[in-house]
Amino acid sequence: MSAHDVLITGIGIVSSLGEGAETHWNVLAAGGVEPRIDSERYAPFTIHPLPEIDWSRQIPKRGDQRQMETWQRLGTYTAGLALEDAGIKDDDALCASMDMVVAAGGGERDEAVDASILAASRARRDHEVLLNEKLTTELRPTLFLAQLANLLAGNISIVHKVTGSSRTFMGEEGSGVSAIATAAARIRSGQATHMLVGGAFQTEHPDMLLGYEVGGYLHRGPHAPVWKRKGSAGGGLVSGSGSAFLVLESREHAASRGRRAYGRLVSVAQGRAKRDDLEAAIEGMYAQVQGDDADIVISGASGAHAATSAEKAVLDRHGAAVRAFSTLTGHIREAQFPFAVALAALAVGQGKAFPPLGPSEKQADGTVKSALATAIGYHFFEGVAHIAAAE
Amino acid sequence: MAKLTDHLGRPIVAVTGIGVVTSLGVDKRDNWGALTAGRSGIHPITRFPVDHLNTRISGMVDFLSSSSQGASALTYELAELAAAEAIGQSGISGDFRGPLFLASPPVELSWQSRFAMYGQSDEAEGYARLLAVAHKQNGTDVFSSVMFGAVADRLADRFGAVGLPITLSTACASGATAIQLGVEAIRRGESDRALAIGADGSATSEALIRFSLLSALSTQNDVPEKASKPFSKDRDGFVLAEGGAALVLESLESARARGATVLGILAGCGERADDFHRTRSKPDGSPAIAAVRAALADSGLSDDQIDYVNAHGTSTPENDKMEHLSLSTVFGERVRSIPISSNKSMIGHTLSAAGAVEAAFSLMTMLEGVIPPTINYDHPDPAIDLDVVPHRSRTAEVSAVLSNSFGFGGQNTCLVMTREPV
Repeated sequence: MSAHDVLITGIGIVSSLGEGAETHWNVLAAGGVEPRIDSERYAPFTIHPLPEIDWSRQIPKRGDQRQMETWQRLGTYTAGLALEDAGIKDDDALCASMDMVVAAGGGERDEAVDASILAASRARRDHEVLLNEKLTTELRPTLFLAQLANLLAGNISIVHKVTGSSRTFMGEEGSGVSAIATAAARIRSGQATHMLVGGAFQTEHPDMLLGYEVGGYLHRGPHAPVWKRKGSAGGGLVSGSGSAFLVLESREHAASRGRRAYGRLVSVAQGRAKRDDLEAAIEGMYAQVQGDDADIVISGASGAHAATSAEKAVLDRHGAAVRAFSTLTGHIREAQFPFAVALAALAVGQGKAFPPLGPSEKQADGTVKSALATAIGYHFFEGVAHIAAAE
Repeated sequence: MAKLTDHLGRPIVAVTGIGVVTSLGVDKRDNWGALTAGRSGIHPITRFPVDHLNTRISGMVDFLSSSSQGASALTYELAELAAAEAIGQSGISGDFRGPLFLASPPVELSWQSRFAMYGQSDEAEGYARLLAVAHKQNGTDVFSSVMFGAVADRLADRFGAVGLPITLSTACASGATAIQLGVEAIRRGESDRALAIGADGSATSEALIRFSLLSALSTQNDVPEKASKPFSKDRDGFVLAEGGAALVLESLESARARGATVLGILAGCGERADDFHRTRSKPDGSPAIAAVRAALADSGLSDDQIDYVNAHGTSTPENDKMEHLSLSTVFGERVRSIPISSNKSMIGHTLSAAGAVEAAFSLMTMLEGVIPPTINYDHPDPAIDLDVVPHRSRTAEVSAVLSNSFGFGGQNTCLVMTREPV
């Protein structure tokens, strides 16, 4: 034990399954959960939609809610859940000295404006003039701020008063891996005492699906568990709206305010392997975080064929009990790794696993003292974390 | 044996390589020559038509092979050129073997791609049509242009960086944050060296219009090189610009051990988020003040040891007023006698790159003993009583610089750089 051990003292999560750490645990522990999906809205693609959320529970001012599109609202809301869970939410001094790393992509464009420009583009050739004409007159001026990557963090500062520092990392799953790895390294080295780290992804906008599909990554056809999409039409990935934020805190800092932790973030391995060496790279990361010591693996496998097969090969070889949560939540991009770490911490905190999420996942009846969390990028970048009991 | 750790016992972080590209040219020599001659890189926009636009000038980088190839391609080229220059100067050959921190703009599917995709089908309308033809783009550059991590991934390959590269955005403070992340990694002992890059080639018509709709841009189009006028009373907004800069950061111990030339020291970094408003600063300036003080405290210097301030100085009414308020609070009466200049008067606002570009120029100010001017200071704002080094550069011994970066979303990051180890 060290005063600078990195403890997870707060969890905020939202997915199609609901909101909050406790709700998620209860749903998962009950077993036999059917995924909540919508296969109509963006057919032939399926998504996992957001649950009903009363935004004012974490974002009390209407004016603040109006300044954000759903993505920023979702992240700001979930950050509030994490702060509340850690007992930091209304402690001005703790929020003002708290450091923050947010993993983010971009926000929602104005679908109607874009569609009207595209429609007009068929009748004329001066596309660049058309853009100027339409964008100068039809864009809502403040929409830009609702789209900017770093404005999720900006809104968290405004709404929750987290102002120690604010950094936004970009880059799909990798940004979530780097965010957690950097936050943990800062705490371990004494550069920070308590940090808010996480991300959000709102997939219910066609532009967000386009981002995957221009790479051919989206799954088509009937929904199936992530491990069972090989051979189906499309790229294997089903996306979901969701968010995960964690409060990471040094052991010393948590003890000074008498907080109990879900678990301890022991180590994070990260990489940028070439896809043809991916299996060897995952094997290396697994060894680096001493994966064989873990009682359960919370996998962020996306379903994307190559990455998911490589991860499966490694996990099968080690005979690990695995839970691939994206079967139920969909892939939540920048928030994928924080979400995996959150579920791993929950399992360690409960001392047990939740039942399998599909036919290829095995039972794990023993005590869970430690867990792995993985996010192997659907296209690039990967990370694995090891979470153990706090004491 | 020289001291290798700072006032807090951390490894001292040296700069051993600098690279810069702006509208003034490629590389340090061209940029420095133009900057100290008081020459502006601001010019009329030619990359796209300016019909219907209120702002028709910019500091775009129009002379590179990818200047018309879209934001991702140009951002990559700006980063690549700057990093190659910096690494070349550092004397590190072969793989870089340190982590990469890249400040770059958020990416989006370009309008050029949207139009092209829309033309690939007559089925459905709007986004439904784009989604239906999207998979046909697989295997083309379209996909990498929408991946936020793609530019850093390519740079990591190109330079042999280790680990997972970090792509970050803290809006207009991004370049400074990239440097700060590198400094922190070296101080933690994770690496002897780090490559920090800020690059921004995202001056599309939509980007310009977005800033324009927020009333952030100058509309003084008639004489482009006169539009950016930080600290002047007739300033009316910033000038959108592009650029790139890279620093090779290295522990002083490692730099000495391999006999590298130490160009300067990254002595301190400070930051503080503002919770007041999405685009405006807290009226009392307390977050910016706290960021300056945090950078000073981190460096171990007192405010009276700062010889020069490289201002954020955007030329917006709000920024320059708030920057003056913060600096005068920290430096007190002495603020009027510290030279404070804004590179943006000549290169415009290079957004995600600005913090890195201006750190590079801050280091060169110390190396060359010349302070670049604030040009276009024809009508001083009487409410901002500062020595802005007007019109012409000034010879001066500078041993410690404060460089400010402030951005939308309440981002405030300050760097303290010194000529010699503190």
